[in-house]
Amino acid sequence: MADEHQGAPESTAIIELEDVSKVYRMGKVEVQALKGVSLRVGAGEFIAIMGASGSGKSTLMNIIGCLDLPTSGRYLLDGVDVRRLDDNQLAAVRNRKIGFVFQSFNLIPRSSALHNVEMPLIYAGLGAGRRRRAMAALEAVGLSERARHQPNELSGGQQQRVAVARALVTEPAILLADEPTGNLDSESGLEIMRLMAELNAQGRTIVLITHEADLAAFARRVVRLRDGEVVSDEPSERRWEVSV
Amino acid sequence: MKLVEALTLALSGLSANRLRSALTMLGILIGVGAVILLVAVGTGTSVQIQTQIQNLGSNIVYVYPANQRAGGVSQGFGTGQTLTQGDVDALNDKAQAPDIVTAIPITQAQGIMVYQNQNWFAATSGTTEDFPQVRNYEIAAGAMFTDGDVRNAAKVVVIGQTVVDNLFAGDADAAVGQTIKIQRQSFRVAGVFAPKGSAGLGNQDNIAVVPISTAWAYLTGGRGKNISQIIVEATGSDTVTAAQNEATQILLNRHQIGDPTQADFQTQSQQDILNSFSQITGALTLLLGAIAAISLVVGGIGIMNIMLVTVTERTREIGIRKAIGARRSDILLQFLIESMVLSGLGGVLGILVGTGLAAWLGSAAPRIAGGSLPPPVVSVPSVLLAFGVSVGIGLFFGIYPANRAAVLNPIEALRYE
Repeated sequence: MADEHQGAPESTAIIELEDVSKVYRMGKVEVQALKGVSLRVGAGEFIAIMGASGSGKSTLMNIIGCLDLPTSGRYLLDGVDVRRLDDNQLAAVRNRKIGFVFQSFNLIPRSSALHNVEMPLIYAGLGAGRRRRAMAALEAVGLSERARHQPNELSGGQQQRVAVARALVTEPAILLADEPTGNLDSESGLEIMRLMAELNAQGRTIVLITHEADLAAFARRVVRLRDGEVVSDEPSERRWEVSV
Repeated sequence: MKLVEALTLALSGLSANRLRSALTMLGILIGVGAVILLVAVGTGTSVQIQTQIQNLGSNIVYVYPANQRAGGVSQGFGTGQTLTQGDVDALNDKAQAPDIVTAIPITQAQGIMVYQNQNWFAATSGTTEDFPQVRNYEIAAGAMFTDGDVRNAAKVVVIGQTVVDNLFAGDADAAVGQTIKIQRQSFRVAGVFAPKGSAGLGNQDNIAVVPISTAWAYLTGGRGKNISQIIVEATGSDTVTAAQNEATQILLNRHQIGDPTQADFQTQSQQDILNSFSQITGALTLLLGAIAAISLVVGGIGIMNIMLVTVTERTREIGIRKAIGARRSDILLQFLIESMVLSGLGGVLGILVGTGLAAWLGSAAPRIAGGSLPPPVVSVPSVLLAFGVSVGIGLFFGIYPANRAAVLNPIEALRYE
């Protein structure tokens, strides 16, 4: 990937958004979801992106997650300008550099937890050691004894932990979590957030999208969006260290 | 993504909706089964007709008079009276025709046969004592008439099994020595031919042969010494063409015709007959196959339909897979293989059902249709073709749904409820 670097980065910035805008067309109406957002996330950060619905945080997540491309502006992910990538290259970037955790878990039904965790490795074209790595990822989230269970045999909290294992199995540059506790009771939600904090403590870069201030408190830095613009970007009080 | 993984994925997808997969497969199963069975019936018919033509006698060339013309209007096949006993004798001349074993004349007569209070209608031929050898008939009881009978115009007859069945209640031994009447003339039954089987080309056992001199004297109604065909037997299968050429040359010379296109006779080898029948049965097989292929197409449309439903149902799953790094080709392959497994499995089951039905029909045909239905013959190429076509149908009808899945926008797919 060295030749794809856009010049040597000054520091270890994982995400670099420069004046990113996104315009959607809904029929004849143009909707400007993002208006010139600039954001820089360094390696090992735990950042929360907050905002009410309609603030553009979902659009921002889609762009950071390489599910969507900005209309204008520049997005460097781990030093790579994603606008230059074609469909297959974007798929490869999602596979290797980004781990998604969704609000509704989004596990593949009728596939065992182990197989779900294995799936990114399958698409990465990995043959040998796949099973072992998937088991290790499940172990990291404390679910190795549930490896053979299907999603509908697991509780919500367990399903989300499988999803976290799936997100981590390819050793991605960032973990992108979109309202990861939205479908969980507060106890399981707290567990997931603790897991995230733990992962961050181990050096994992985490981007958390949420509208709950309680959750944002787990992050070290909070970025607030309103109407497609960044309205504040400040360190969080890190209340979780006290609450654990 | 490796093929093995794609296959496991496809199988797990199919087993998730077992009834639906089974019903979709049924469409292909019926189509492939129908193709196999109907082509087998066509091939069986073809094989049977070929066997029967072989049974007419091996290495045979037929010589017919040319169509008689009256004022430029053809009077129909074999209406001319251009063949003579002299022609037959010339064809039997080894010096002129080294590749001909025997040539026998045939004259056709017809008439009601009566024995006591039974009567029956059979084609009666006047011929010579070499008839059984040339036409592959065996004598089951009594004996063939002799050349002495031919010289003396003896009123003797050799009859086929069907005639025995109808006049003598099937008892061949009882028939020998009895006197039957043909066109009110009394004939002594000298012998009975062994049965050759029926169907296809008509009943070869419903015959009666008398010495040709007798036929001319008593049965052909004063039409003179008419010969309706000469049957020529060649020395071997590789000399049939030579024998045919010799016969043509001898007859052209004897009839003093220089231009072969103006010949007053025509020759036809068994191969010629086989060829024209193969054309007919080939067309029949093709027609049957085409009809069955329609059901195969219907089955294919069923697959496409169910694959479209599957893709819609699994929109969210497709979104997840794309988010975690599946490329378009991965998704395309997953659904293509799923539809090909569906149709391929249906094809294999269809081959089993089709060959099974063909085998059953082969064993049950005599009971059901009394021998008029030839036993089906399943050919290996038709089985391989059917399997290939069924997998191909999965591919063809799977491409559209699979492509629809592959180009789904991941964001919208993830949002899909």
